[in-house]
Amino acid sequence: MPNNQQQEQSQASGSSPWQSVKNDWGADKQAFDMPWGKLMMWIFLLSDTFIFSIFLISYMNVRMSVTVPWPNPSEVFALTIAGHHIPLVLIAIMTFILITSSGTMAMAVNYAYQGNKKKAVYLMVTTALLGASFIGMQAFEWTKLIVEEGIRPWENPMGANQFGAAFFMITGFHGLHVSAGVIYLGMIAKRISQGKYDNKGYQIVEITGLYWHFVDLVWVFIFAFFYLW
Amino acid sequence: MMKQHTATQRVTSNVPQQHPISMYLKVWLLLFVLSACSYMVDYFQFQGTLRWTLILAFMFLKAGLIIMVFMHLAWERMAVKLLLFLPPIAIFIFIVLMSSEADYVFISRMVSFFNP
Repeated sequence: MPNNQQQEQSQASGSSPWQSVKNDWGADKQAFDMPWGKLMMWIFLLSDTFIFSIFLISYMNVRMSVTVPWPNPSEVFALTIAGHHIPLVLIAIMTFILITSSGTMAMAVNYAYQGNKKKAVYLMVTTALLGASFIGMQAFEWTKLIVEEGIRPWENPMGANQFGAAFFMITGFHGLHVSAGVIYLGMIAKRISQGKYDNKGYQIVEITGLYWHFVDLVWVFIFAFFYLW
Repeated sequence: MMKQHTATQRVTSNVPQQHPISMYLKVWLLLFVLSACSYMVDYFQFQGTLRWTLILAFMFLKAGLIIMVFMHLAWERMAVKLLLFLPPIAIFIFIVLMSSEADYVFISRMVSFFNP
């Protein structure tokens, strides 16, 4: 323990201001009564909140200041299924899928803390599969918009040019988060089934769950502000 | 003896309370209903203040349920809630600033580009 010895020595011989900062932050003090990984995930999610907020605020800013009409999302994202023209239907299905995946994730956390490893792993894999189907639908939506509707980040045939930029930026960044979440869930589920957390405890499932619920949370805001406005 | 006591305390404080699965299923169902409601806002094409009130109400209810129940924030300590809810005040101020800025830009564009 060379660090502790150093600390003790310098404390004995009158400490510098920097030493006091080091002591304060390195000392055995704890503000948040939770595993460090969970606290770090919360702080990461807080910073991610700011990133998504900035995207949504910039979208609000361009949408409120354009002088040409904004394309009607209800029409742009409508699908014709079996002869019926249904507005926003794919987005509604995607919303339900993400909420369902959040539900299965919450139950995975619960079973993990009960010590039911098998059920926790199955539910995490279900969550990851639902997330993957969400990405698949988003890929379908993007393809439809780019190929059939001719929407580009710089122009589109329905109205304000900024529509494409805001849409691809916001949903793209969210889709990236979902993709990362699917990989993260898959990795953690594999590690749990390998028994790597048997001695450490299953807080990792809750930490993974926090990330996944956050992705669902962001979608709630995107759904309200981008698709329903 | 003393050491053992603190050790067991630590373990119990790290393992969160257990909730019955039925609670998650109820919240899940509620989120489904709320999502269906917000979809109906668009389906029935409500407009104006009513539309915005409904959209924001359903949005905040859903967000609150996800944060408080699914992310277990309701059972966390006050310090954690402050950590998560105080910084977003800056986001709220930024929204107010940018919406007034956007109004200004819109008026400037109308005055400069659409007036001969």
